[in-house]
Amino acid sequence: MTGTANLRELLTRNIRTSGIYIAFVVIVALFAILTDGKLLSAGNVTNLVLQYSYILILAIGMVMVIIAGHIDLSVGSVVAFTGAVSAVLVIRHGMPWWVGVIGALVVGALIGAWQGFWVAFVGIPAFITTLSGMLLFRGLTWLILNNISLSPFTPEYQKIAGGFINGLFGGNGFDVFTLVVFAIAVAGYCFSAYRTRAARIAYDQPVEAFPLFIAKLVAVAAIVMWFAWQLANARGLPYVLIILAVLIVVYSLVTQRTVFGRHVYAIGGNLAAAMLSGVKVKWVTFGVMLNMGILAAVAGVVYSSRSNGAQPAAGNMFELDAIAACFIGGAAVTGGVGRVTGAMVGGLVMATMSNGMSLMGVDQSMVQIVKGLVLLLAVAFDVYNKRRAGAR
Amino acid sequence: MPKHILEMRKITKTFPGVKALSDVELSVIDGEIHGICGENGAGKSTLMKVLSGVYPHGTYEGDIVYDDEVQAFHSIPDSEQKGIVIIHQELALIPYLSVAENIFLGNERRGKNGMIDWNLTNHEAAKLLEQVGLDENPMTPVNQLGVGKQQLIEIAKALSKDVRLLILDEPTAALNDDDSEHLLGLLRALKGRGITSIMISHKLNEIAEICDRVTIIRDGHTIETIDVTEDSGMQDRIIRGMVGRDLTSRYPKREHVVGDEVFRVEDWTVYHPTQPGRIVVDNASFHVRKGEVIGIAGVMGAGRTELAMSLFGRAYGRDITGRTYMHGEEVQIRDVSEAIKHGLAYATEDRKRYGLNLIEDVRRNISAAALFKLARRGWVDGNKEIKVAEEYRGSMNIKTPSVMQTVGNLSGGNQQKVVLSKWIYSDAEVMILDEPTRGIDVGAKYEIYTIINRLVAAGKAVIIISSELPELLGTCDRIYTLAFGVVTGEVPVAEATQEKLMTLMTQEKTNKDKEVRA
Repeated sequence: MTGTANLRELLTRNIRTSGIYIAFVVIVALFAILTDGKLLSAGNVTNLVLQYSYILILAIGMVMVIIAGHIDLSVGSVVAFTGAVSAVLVIRHGMPWWVGVIGALVVGALIGAWQGFWVAFVGIPAFITTLSGMLLFRGLTWLILNNISLSPFTPEYQKIAGGFINGLFGGNGFDVFTLVVFAIAVAGYCFSAYRTRAARIAYDQPVEAFPLFIAKLVAVAAIVMWFAWQLANARGLPYVLIILAVLIVVYSLVTQRTVFGRHVYAIGGNLAAAMLSGVKVKWVTFGVMLNMGILAAVAGVVYSSRSNGAQPAAGNMFELDAIAACFIGGAAVTGGVGRVTGAMVGGLVMATMSNGMSLMGVDQSMVQIVKGLVLLLAVAFDVYNKRRAGAR
Repeated sequence: MPKHILEMRKITKTFPGVKALSDVELSVIDGEIHGICGENGAGKSTLMKVLSGVYPHGTYEGDIVYDDEVQAFHSIPDSEQKGIVIIHQELALIPYLSVAENIFLGNERRGKNGMIDWNLTNHEAAKLLEQVGLDENPMTPVNQLGVGKQQLIEIAKALSKDVRLLILDEPTAALNDDDSEHLLGLLRALKGRGITSIMISHKLNEIAEICDRVTIIRDGHTIETIDVTEDSGMQDRIIRGMVGRDLTSRYPKREHVVGDEVFRVEDWTVYHPTQPGRIVVDNASFHVRKGEVIGIAGVMGAGRTELAMSLFGRAYGRDITGRTYMHGEEVQIRDVSEAIKHGLAYATEDRKRYGLNLIEDVRRNISAAALFKLARRGWVDGNKEIKVAEEYRGSMNIKTPSVMQTVGNLSGGNQQKVVLSKWIYSDAEVMILDEPTRGIDVGAKYEIYTIINRLVAAGKAVIIISSELPELLGTCDRIYTLAFGVVTGEVPVAEATQEKLMTLMTQEKTNKDKEVRA
């Protein structure tokens, strides 16, 4: 018999991962009402994506680090340092924009390898290694910038975070191209979801009931297309969004479908069992830290481009936003649990709250307080869930 | 009639699904040293936990009569109040605190202002150390001392609590001969001062040397209490008492068709990973053939698991020396993934801690050791993975609503079937199964034995590590005995009896005489 799970079962069974989606919808609705719809205006939606893109990029790498049972406190400093490297190459030495990008990525990879070496092979806890990195790379940033800001970047470089693709198919007050791209993406998503479901049925695995499945697809399609409509009505499709989308798709696949990704989950779930199952624990840990360094460099490029320069204090506290995004998005403090998509929604929850509150004119101090409490509640929820599961 | 300090009457203790103790009787005479013998899992430690209040009054049935009064201990402090102190097998000292701090932990010597009086603490600690014959500065951190000295500190700690009944759980299991000798001497001295001791031990010569009487426990029942001083055939009688149970069709029959040698180990020596100079496995050699089940029998602490884990890609120990051969050719196995590639598998004795990812589902636990079979260029074929998991769910009879079920929610027997599935799927030729039926019910045990029979029928070689002798006798073709890291014997199952194995398992034998001859 093919088991079909109903809505309630689906929700209760996946409460840890589905809870965040519900919370996200509630928070968006709440702030949409509180800001008289300003939150969801075309301009603001575009702005929100641009403003939080680098946190989301960091959260992709961070969620893998957290799944593996580690933490990375250095990413804020790495964002500053890689941005500074790029700025020195492009602004001070007049190199083309792509030299700056490659330079930043190479430095990010080296930093990842450096921290990965200490964590994986020497066995220094990641907390300590990256706390050291936080100081180290901040210091190096000051050093190469001589403690002053460098700006402005060339217009090409600024386009990375500030540019839009639009007008390719003409526009009637909105950008057709953006809508087409999103429509293709939605169709692709529906197709892949349908294939997965069909395969599950072929192997006699439980799947959600067909009407529910369709409802889910329609809901996703509607939200995504609405989002596309908002972008199309504003300035079109930002480059950053393309970068972010590619990263999300690639890393979702890496974590869910590759041997490497599965080993990351295995290590976080039970280190000893993973080791005794032949997982090369040290190399996988090294890989996770290396990857974090590279993604921090991507975030560094995006941030430097958006802020049109490199500042000594750039990226301050980014690590905490990225870590918070992962935990709000359902990653477990003890490792072994978490998803890239969860971390993205977690990041958007934080983004929506910050953005919504600043639209309402709430004081920055209040924003911090609320964000802090939300993080605590999210993790408390996780701990509560685990205790309940353990009691069974 | 001698005065009894302690009588435990009809003690019955049940855990969900298991009756660990049933109507156990134990009486200890004031001032004696009383031994307790029994196989692993017989219920000795459970009985001592009942006595010391680890399992509080009300969670067991029966009476504890101590000092002619029925006692109702609700926690360890309750029993310590009355002078009953237990020293566990795993020492409970805090490594970075000093000797004196450890002795008075939870019982600190305070001055008038409520602060700790360090002079008094260290002074009293020094006096206690003298009583146990330990010449160390009380301010030395405990981790700078060896296991033998730590054991003495535990006793000093007990003395600081005005102990009258001292319980020692395998006190000499981790000690060398000199330290053991010293400890036994100390127990005798304490006896002279009127302190009664209960000692759990697997070493029968020690029991004979030091105990006045010994009680034998088997499967949660008291078998008998023997007066050690009177009975000359005492050791044989203890062994018979410990193992004497019938073997009626708890093990499925199988055809014994043994082929060529698959795996051979020669002169395998392993040192303890953190205690320098302590040999855990000493020159072990053995081999296993195609279609054969061999057993490795040894009491807890004999080095069984250490032997297996060190062979399995050096997952345990340091300074490992020795040779391993697959199909007659020497192979180097440097890490676990190489061990898996050479066709070795190791199912751990503690499946929750070392065997399974409990927060992951059945499907992904089954594929964990052989993901490479499901992957092309690093990408895992998720559909094939589900198919494989479903196949094993059927063939191994894993009782779960779905292969997507989290493994932590399955019963012990079904968890063990997941572990076995994982290793069968890894195409292992040699399967090392460490306590494969520990903590699972009788029905599931039978299923596991059936699976083992199927494996050897398919030409695999199986090595079973177990402290349950009937299990080894019921499943193996040959049995090696291991005692204190040394292989003390190799017995074909036709010639093996539980008495014979138990004798070999409790025999202390070093490889020194062997080396002299060679």
